[in-house]
This record gives sequence, C-alpha cells and structure tokens, in this order.
Amino acid sequence: MSENDLSVRAAERPDLLTAETSEGVQELQRREATAPSELGREVGAVLRIDGHAFDPNSVDYDRRDDETMIINMGPSHPSTHGVLRLMLELDGEFVLRTKPIIGYLHTGMEKTGEELSYVQGGTNVTRMDYLSPVINELGYSMAVEKLLGIEVPERAVWIRMMMSELNRISSHLVWMATNGMDLGSSSMMIYGLRERELILAFFEKTAGLRLNLNYVRPGGVAADLPDGWQDDVQVVCDTIHERTYEYDQLLTGQPIFRNRMIGVAPLMAEEALALGVTGPLLRSTGVPWDLRRTMPYLAYDQVDFDVIVGTFGDNFDRYAIRLNEIRESIRIVRQCVDMMPSGDYRSQDPKVTPPPRARIGESMEALIHHFKLFTEGFHVPVGEVYSAVESPRGELGCYIVSDGGPKPYRIHVRAPSFVNLQAVPLLMRGGSMSDTITVISTVDPIMGEVDR
Amino acid sequence: MDARSSRCGEDGHAEVISLPPTAPPGVLTSEGLACDLACFPTREQYNALVESFKSDDFEMCVDLCAVDYLEFGGRILPEGVVASRFEVVVNLLSLSKKQRVRVRVQAGDDQPEVDSLFALYPGTEAMEREAFDLFGVIFTNHPDLTRILMPEEWEGHPLRKDYGSGRVPVQFKESPGPR
Repeated sequence: MSENDLSVRAAERPDLLTAETSEGVQELQRREATAPSELGREVGAVLRIDGHAFDPNSVDYDRRDDETMIINMGPSHPSTHGVLRLMLELDGEFVLRTKPIIGYLHTGMEKTGEELSYVQGGTNVTRMDYLSPVINELGYSMAVEKLLGIEVPERAVWIRMMMSELNRISSHLVWMATNGMDLGSSSMMIYGLRERELILAFFEKTAGLRLNLNYVRPGGVAADLPDGWQDDVQVVCDTIHERTYEYDQLLTGQPIFRNRMIGVAPLMAEEALALGVTGPLLRSTGVPWDLRRTMPYLAYDQVDFDVIVGTFGDNFDRYAIRLNEIRESIRIVRQCVDMMPSGDYRSQDPKVTPPPRARIGESMEALIHHFKLFTEGFHVPVGEVYSAVESPRGELGCYIVSDGGPKPYRIHVRAPSFVNLQAVPLLMRGGSMSDTITVISTVDPIMGEVDR
Repeated sequence: MDARSSRCGEDGHAEVISLPPTAPPGVLTSEGLACDLACFPTREQYNALVESFKSDDFEMCVDLCAVDYLEFGGRILPEGVVASRFEVVVNLLSLSKKQRVRVRVQAGDDQPEVDSLFALYPGTEAMEREAFDLFGVIFTNHPDLTRILMPEEWEGHPLRKDYGSGRVPVQFKESPGPR
C-alpha cells in the first residue's frame, strides 16, 4: 500500500484527515471560542423581547466544556436528506447547540445563470429544488415575464397552475415517504414513492421528462397537454385522494408516530416571522400566510381551496399540514380540469416565441427570427424585478437584474429551504438526539436549493 | 398591457411607497422612474430606515442579496443617488398589509460594507453570510460573518463580475501528494 492511500494516512496521522475535512470557523466551536452573539444563534435564541438586546447569560452559558460533547452528523447521513451537515453540542442525550454547515452541494447555479440566456435559464433553475421543478420554473418565468411586460394566454396560466399543484402533491408525497422512513415506517417510503410515480408518469407524458422538466418557460409552457389528459389527471387525483386516507390509517393514529411527533420541537409564530420562515413551517404556527391566497398569482383567486394552518407549530402540525395540503391540491387540480380554457398554450408574442415550424420553410423572416431566438435569445428591457411564488417549502422568490441584454445580469433565487434551515438550531434545542431526525425531516430542507 | 404598468408594484399591491413616519429624513425612492418601486437609503440611513419599516408592520425580511454592478453602469437610479459598484438589495414583507417593499443600499466600491440587519431580523443571518461569501460585502455587527457556501480556504468571491467562471481550476482540498 502506498503512502498516498488516504485510509493508511488517516490511520497513521488522524490530524491530516481532520485538516482535509475541516471547514474551520464555519464549524461549531467550543464555547470559549465562540462570541456571545453567535452562541445565542446556536442555542436558538431568536426573539428580542421589548427591543432589548439579547442577553447571552440568560441561556445556560456557563456549562463547562468537559460536561458536553460536540459531535458531527452528516454530511452523508441517511436522514439528513442530502448533504446537510449538523454539528451538535450534546449534554448526555440532549442537544444544547446546533449549527448547520452547508455548501456541500454548491455548484454556483446563480453564476451559471448569468451565462445562460433567458431561454436556457429554465434548465438551470429547475435543478435547484429538484422535488418541485415546475414551481421553480414558474417563479423564474414569472420574473422574466414581468420584466418583459408580456401577458401569458389564459390556457397557459391554467396549465401552469395544474402542473404546479401536481408538482406540489408529488413533492409532499416524497416528504411523507422520507418522513415515514425517518420514523421507522418503511412502508410509507414505498407508498409515497409509488403514488409519486403516477404524477411523474403524467409529467413524462406531457413534458417528455420526469424530473427536471423545463416545461414552464417565459411566455407560456413548452407543449400543450397530451390527448386524453383529463382521464390521466382524473385517475391520478382519484387514486391519491383515496390513498391519503390510507396514510391516515398508517400514520396519523399510530401511537409510536404520534408520540414522536406531537409536542416535539414547537415553533412560535413570532419566532417564525423573525427568522423569515415561510411555507408549512410558518402555517404550522397558526399564521395563515400562503402566497396563493394572500398575494394571488396565476389564477389562484378563481379556484376554491383552503389554506391549512396549525396551532402549536410542532412536528405533528407540520405533518398534518402537508398531508392536508395534498388534499387541497387535489381539489385545485380537479377544478383546473373542469375549468381549463382552450386557446394557445404559449404567448404569440414573436419576441419570445419562435415562429411555427411550418412557417420556417417558406418565410425568410421566420427563419431569421428562429435563428436569432435560439442563438442569441431575446433581449429583456433594463430593470430589476422580484417575483415570488408559493413552493411546497415556502416563498420561492426570483430576483433578476437585467441590463438589456439576452442574459440576466444577476439572478438570485430566494430559496425557502435556505431560510427555513435557520430554524433548526431553535427547534433542536433541548430535544433529544432522536428528535433531531424528526426535526430535519419536518423542516424539509432540499439541499439542491439550499446550496444552489 | 402596458409594459411599465405591469412592472410597477408587486401583484397590484403597493403602487406607491409610503415611507413610515419614523423613516430618516431624505430617503430617496424610485417613484416616477421606469423601474420597480424601491427605497434608496444611504449607508448611514439604511439601518434606521429598515427599523422604521419594521415598526411599520413589515414583519419579515424575506430576502437579502447583493449585486455587483461592475459591468453595468447605466442602471436606473433616482437623481441624487451616488451609484457604487456593490448594492445590497433587501426585500421586506408585511403580512398584515400584504405589501412588499424593496430597499436598495449602495454598499461601496472597493470595500463594500453595510450594517447588519441581524438585530432587527435574525433571519438575515444566513443571507448576509451568503452575500459576504459570494460578494465580499462586510456586514458590521454580524454575529458570525464566515463563509457559508464555499469551502473555508477558498480565495475570492465567486459572484463578483471580475471573477471569471472556469478561469481558476477547481481548488478543492489539495490532492494527496507525497507527505
């Protein structure tokens, strides 16, 4: 064995391995090396009562280091749902401090977005939150359309809405599945992925791809719905709606599941607002904030659905909200099937939409237009815009600065998981080690979106 | 639809920025300009303005990011705003009023530095760390201003415009050489 072999070196000189994997000051430090304000964050002190500055002595600050232990969880831990790394300070089995360390999946997608044209940009953003690609594309497309000042045809709006709701169902189903597995119910894992498969099959039939669809594009959607789509969607809705009641039987009343969820890791509304937490986490605290209802986009003001809110902000509320949101989304999808208008599925504005295939053969102008659109892309007026949609995890915002060229000057995505992750130290504090698993699961971070 | 009208205001809300009564005097806004409505405080006014918005029912700081305007000088700014290379953009949200407001502060050219909003909105902690990591903007009074996405020993700030992508060979941990 050569001395370059990492395992040999690790055994002989463990300090080298530490040096090669350390993230330095990004990690959780010992208490004497931590500033009081940072310590406050790590113990999850969020609120400043009556405007007074946070007092670090109000938390158990003087615990000696020889009574506690700092351990590392992740980045490759099966229940961190990706490459999330948590460093925990433990007192026996109980968590005192937590610090999430992220960036292991950082691929510079915002930088990449500056080098892709507006047409290509969809392929980039769809890979951020890989469980809800349609909603990512929607947030991006709506920002671009707002800059362009174009309007999307009625049918495209309703197709977008139906596809986002199907996507929300599939995203919540994966959450149900992984959450079930984290709590030891591996049958839920199989059931959740089985039902999601129905939706992915419909996506494949519509967009040609199962995951990163690039289906919603600036100006409309990529393709019209396939023939017989009503029947497909009807089957998906009926099956999943019926099965949500099976999940109820499997999990909701299950004593072990309830004991591990009810009252664990509660969150207060004030804390959630201070931390900028959105989505099911915020609604579980009783704040009825859902952008689909409060700041309607697409045609959400024309459909009938309920915003599900919780009371205690604990794990069980977050579970119940997601389960019931599946049912509400099914309601919306059914209304979309009934109310789907006819017409174009993408804008006929020649600025953003290529000419139809048949015209290219006979018209020089159409050919030039087609060529320009796919080599250079369309130019977007100077300006900057922020546009937000409700993703399964919260407010998904897209901030675009345009310098008038065919590529965004700056594209920033406000990822809900990235912000929600800040609630983890707060939710972990005082809980036992086994509760960390349920906390990560119910916060539901998608690392592709956190790290971008 | 008129292109401009569709771009002004968020979702039909907040057509005119009404600065809260406690806002520091002399804050410029983009009213009447052909761009989204925003406030343009100076670095000195920044914290006081955000604080006045917070007391005016803007409960949540939704987003904070930085922009490097190195290669784009011609952006639309109200008269009187001294443009600088780096800009920090903050999006505040009022749940009770269903309004959004954007605060754009010019952060400086060579040593971009603004006050941290951590004391007002603890949720900006990670977002400010991200802006520091990717742009090198210093946030004074931030509790833990360290890199968040990039590896600890990374050199440079990747989202700056003078940082070419792919120019530097990927500098992950050094390859295991003979030791």
